[in-house]
Amino acid sequence: MAAVSSKSYQFRMARQDKWLQLEELVGKAEKGGIQSLTAAQVFELPHLYKAALSSLSVARAISLDRNVVDYLESLTARAYFLLYGHQRPVWEAFRRLMVFLLPNAVRSVRQELMVSVLVFFLGVIAAYVLVQKNPDWYFTFVDQSMAAGRQPGASADQLRATLYPKEGGTSSLDIFATSLFTHNARVGLMAFALGFALGVPTLWLLFGNGATLGAFLALFHSQGLLYELGGWLIIHGSTEILAILLCGAAGLAIARHYIFPGRLGRMESLALFGRQAALVAFGCITMFLVAGLLEGFARQLVTSDVVRYGVGLTFLALWGLYYLAGGRGQEEAVL
Amino acid sequence: MSRATSVRPDGNAEHQDKIREIITPEGVALKVTLAQRGDRATAVLIDLVLLCIALVAGAISILFLSTLLGISRLGIILVILLIFALRNFYFMFFELKWQGQTPGKRKMGIKVIDRFGKPLTSEAIFARNIMREIELFLPIGVLFSGSATGVTGLMQFFAFVWAATLVCVPMFNRDNLRAGDLVAGTLVVREPKIILAKDMMEAGEAQQAEQGAAYVFTADQLNAYGIFELQTLETLLRNLSSEGAMKRLTAGRAIIKKINWPDPVTDRQMEDFLSCYYHALRKRLEGQLLMGKRKEDKFDTEKADT
Repeated sequence: MAAVSSKSYQFRMARQDKWLQLEELVGKAEKGGIQSLTAAQVFELPHLYKAALSSLSVARAISLDRNVVDYLESLTARAYFLLYGHQRPVWEAFRRLMVFLLPNAVRSVRQELMVSVLVFFLGVIAAYVLVQKNPDWYFTFVDQSMAAGRQPGASADQLRATLYPKEGGTSSLDIFATSLFTHNARVGLMAFALGFALGVPTLWLLFGNGATLGAFLALFHSQGLLYELGGWLIIHGSTEILAILLCGAAGLAIARHYIFPGRLGRMESLALFGRQAALVAFGCITMFLVAGLLEGFARQLVTSDVVRYGVGLTFLALWGLYYLAGGRGQEEAVL
Repeated sequence: MSRATSVRPDGNAEHQDKIREIITPEGVALKVTLAQRGDRATAVLIDLVLLCIALVAGAISILFLSTLLGISRLGIILVILLIFALRNFYFMFFELKWQGQTPGKRKMGIKVIDRFGKPLTSEAIFARNIMREIELFLPIGVLFSGSATGVTGLMQFFAFVWAATLVCVPMFNRDNLRAGDLVAGTLVVREPKIILAKDMMEAGEAQQAEQGAAYVFTADQLNAYGIFELQTLETLLRNLSSEGAMKRLTAGRAIIKKINWPDPVTDRQMEDFLSCYYHALRKRLEGQLLMGKRKEDKFDTEKADT
């Protein structure tokens, strides 16, 4: 009988037990996770995978049985997904993200952060100077709906009233909810998303938001309320504005590495640095959450300017410490 | 990536599947089938429905409990935090836990892999899912919220156009990558599931051992066809439906005509005849393969020996 057998048939008969064994293990691990395998089976897995991989290479060369080749393609691909898939436990992955990946990602966009800070404060200064010279400029930078009574011509008392919570006014919850899901978080994410449009709109958005801030500053300065406005802004603004700036920096990073991929391919460069940028954006989302809590609750509860400054600057220092010093050590060698 | 189409073993319909090759760290090129856009959209919809169900169920139970305890304001805060956590972590959590699959993806039989054949890292999973915030939730937000949110007029229009453009990214590249895949360096592929069928040689081997070869073919008769025809015949022989039997008859008649088979073959004998012809043809072609000659199809006469 062996005399009439073809080589590919003998080849298959000699190896198919191992293939079926691998298939069984892979199927089990796909259903119940790699934890469902015994230690001996886990030990076997890479050996069986490599054997199947080499069978595939040989089968491609000598066998014309399409089912065998397709089967081996499929089997090795499944084993490959399993062996080279993501094996880290979920909570470990999140811990590593917060402790290690995030601060490092933020440090990797520090050059872009400088640019976004620069553009933002150019916006602040430009609007501040223009509005101080001529209040007519005010509505160029601040939207009607956003101004909500804070406009040129308003008296110092009217302006002061906007800085401190009034009895029976908007509840802190509303502010928390809206600030979390709408304006500033969206501005930040938009600044990041616009990085894909090669960064120019990101710069424009940063400049525009800086200008809004500058116009506010000029308006309150004209009524001698600059210090009080500062407290009102900084308690959550130190977190929020930093987040917007970081989002902008992340957007710029994407644009930069797409336009100047260096020695890598454009797509590879985007994939490598885009990951960092996306992680920065994730940090920003968390910061917007914190800013929303601060704006909604801390600012409503704390009416003393000094304490407001204190809280705002403390948060700024904490973020600075986290991003500058966090995750400096060697990453632990855990899989 | 020679052929863009592949034949599934369960039928002979040609699917317009896109095949990509990834090089494993062992240096072997593996073929993977891209997930189709429709499958991916369906998977996202399933996930969004599950997300909404979880959200509503969670919100109702939190509100109910907090009202019961008389702390309804705290309850509302918890609901806001729940929305935040679910929309940010739902996809990440499952893709981390199920090796690049969410419930929707698992249902549709697709999964996330690294585009460059490296291990799928948690960074990539975080990155591709953070991008959902601007691909999925931002457009929804821009669409449904009025100008009261601060982004107004022309700016709102531009924001919408831009968000819509990002949503359409998968339409504009050949790998169906969405913005999150671009940034994370990932690829979404179909989960391969092919069952090892019996070798078609096996039947022939047994038969020949018993009674010797019933049909003996000359070299000329075997030179009529190449690998493509052999594998088409294999697909036909594996097709056990009644439709397949009809097709085999037609194919058998065509082969008999082509190779000038002298003896009459009845419909009943056709199965045996085809099986023997397959057996002989495969042996011959594999033999040539070992000698370095690969006859792709019947038109490939250059390499066939005379």
